[in-house]
Amino acid sequence: MSLITEGAELTRPTGAESRAEPSLAGVGDYFALLKPRVMSLVVFTALVGLMVAPGHLHPVEGFVALLCIAIGAGAAGALNMWYDADIDALMTRTADRPIPAGRVARGEALGFGMTLAIGSVAVLGLATNWLAAGLLAFTIFFYVAVYTMWLKRSTPQNIVIGGAAGAFPPMIGWAAATGGIGIESIVLFLVIFFWTPPHFWALSLWRAGDYARAGVPMLPVVAGAAETRRQIMIYALMLAPLGVVPWLLGYSGALYGVVSLLAGAGIVWLAVRVRREDGLTAAKQLFGFSILYLFVLFAVLLADDRLGHLLGRAV
Amino acid sequence: MTIMDQDGDDGIVLTEEQKRRRRARNIAIALVLGALVVLFYVLTIVKLGPGVLQRPL
Repeated sequence: MSLITEGAELTRPTGAESRAEPSLAGVGDYFALLKPRVMSLVVFTALVGLMVAPGHLHPVEGFVALLCIAIGAGAAGALNMWYDADIDALMTRTADRPIPAGRVARGEALGFGMTLAIGSVAVLGLATNWLAAGLLAFTIFFYVAVYTMWLKRSTPQNIVIGGAAGAFPPMIGWAAATGGIGIESIVLFLVIFFWTPPHFWALSLWRAGDYARAGVPMLPVVAGAAETRRQIMIYALMLAPLGVVPWLLGYSGALYGVVSLLAGAGIVWLAVRVRREDGLTAAKQLFGFSILYLFVLFAVLLADDRLGHLLGRAV
Repeated sequence: MTIMDQDGDDGIVLTEEQKRRRRARNIAIALVLGALVVLFYVLTIVKLGPGVLQRPL
């Protein structure tokens, strides 16, 4: 008698509690779990960190490094959605994400995220070096455990400290190319670190209702819009000079210096308007400009570096 | 009698939409696995160089 037939008197549980519903998840749902928009910024900043680093990396190794950083960031996004499914369901901005919308089960997202996290770190270590892999592992851990599980629901400083996770990619790119951590990569880290609060707090000014409903203690919910506007200006005032530091330290040229000064002035000007105006127009403009600011800063840093190589560092 | 053939239950019957999405997922997994095979092959050649084929017998 087999084990199967021995169990004949066992009644097979029926109904929803015993059977997982057949998945309706499309390929796009799994892609959405990776937070592709966040991933694009991560890939871009990592690319710049990798390209401006003094070390040499074979193009295939560079491609694999970027792929691993992108997948690692995506894994962190999937694990974030796994943990935050309850509050995502309460916010209009996130209610249609694959888990709260019911297209992907939480366990699937957990397995998906963990597989990609472990895989991306292992391949990055094998393809480049274990410092870069360690930094990627720490970034995923920081975003999931420190930011998502701990800070996000407990303090209005959540995105300030948690912003470190988004600031690591250029440092990982730099480490992949050089095997080390230079002052230059720390500066790139600091630029993104100080960019994050004004960027997210500008968004949170008009999403405060969402965050309040979900019980997320974002600054406008806990301290009010006026205090948020003040903090945005403080961080913008710290960000603007930080953006110029690569030029002041001499590892980028005049082109970057001029653009970073102008962009810094732009972000401060918008932050001052956010501080002075009661409406949300300036906040929305600052949010949009902050994305452009980071993109332009890193793009010009890369262009300046390439130009410097072509002209023998004369720019 | 086994659990499998109790009560004549046909089990879960997928709708056409569920079948279509399962097929799309399967194709995506196949493409990703194929891409990984190519990637690891190319990476191995790049890391070890053509000398990987010249081993003493």
